[in-house]
Amino acid sequence: MAEDSSKPAYAREIDENLKRVFQEKLEEDIPDRFADLLSKLKAQTGTKRAEEIK
Amino acid sequence: MSDAAVDPRDELVEHLPALRAFAISLTRNGAAADDLVQDTVVKAWTNIEKFKVGTNLRAWLFTILRNTFYSNRRKMKREVADVDGVFTAGLAEKPAHDGRLQMADFRVAFAQLPDEQREALILVGASGFSYEEAAGMCGVAVGTIKSRANRGRARLGELMHLEKGDRLEMTDGATMAIVAANGSTPI
Repeated sequence: MAEDSSKPAYAREIDENLKRVFQEKLEEDIPDRFADLLSKLKAQTGTKRAEEIK
Repeated sequence: MSDAAVDPRDELVEHLPALRAFAISLTRNGAAADDLVQDTVVKAWTNIEKFKVGTNLRAWLFTILRNTFYSNRRKMKREVADVDGVFTAGLAEKPAHDGRLQMADFRVAFAQLPDEQREALILVGASGFSYEEAAGMCGVAVGTIKSRANRGRARLGELMHLEKGDRLEMTDGATMAIVAANGSTPI
């Protein structure tokens, strides 16, 4: 998104800080439960596909 | 490999950090955020045929997440506040006039905003979605998103005692400069 130059300076500062707070969260490690969840979903889907082929 | 061979489900993992960050912003609670992301992933996985290949997968996932959040909120009818201090973490131990303290103030101020303003600011202010995309994701008019984001920014400015034209000094550089000026050793 292009930075809106009409935005007041304080609004740009606030958006910079929002990005910083958001970035900190982005850099956190993903808990293992999500890898487990995705492999469980993948396994279930695989089973269904195998059944469809039969 | 043709586009048709790409399964968007294989790309879900790449969006997990952004989904978690958005979920934490909405719930203000780490455990609730992870539950919300889990629900979102399951819904996305099992409804993947509803995703239009070639459109923005992150926007689609964010839409599922915020719809799930508001639907759970309606069911639960209770406010889950900053129980484990996701946004206020680190507030107490930082010295005054420190860049990091101001950043902590910012997190506290942000967590105090109404849900719809936090959501609008995360979508357009932090995540780089356009007002049009954010409006589509939230199912409201573009003007509504603009007004929510602007009210959120104005409220943050008030909470941070920012005057229009003031610069916030909250970078690590600013912190280091203060530390250096005080003749202290950076921790």
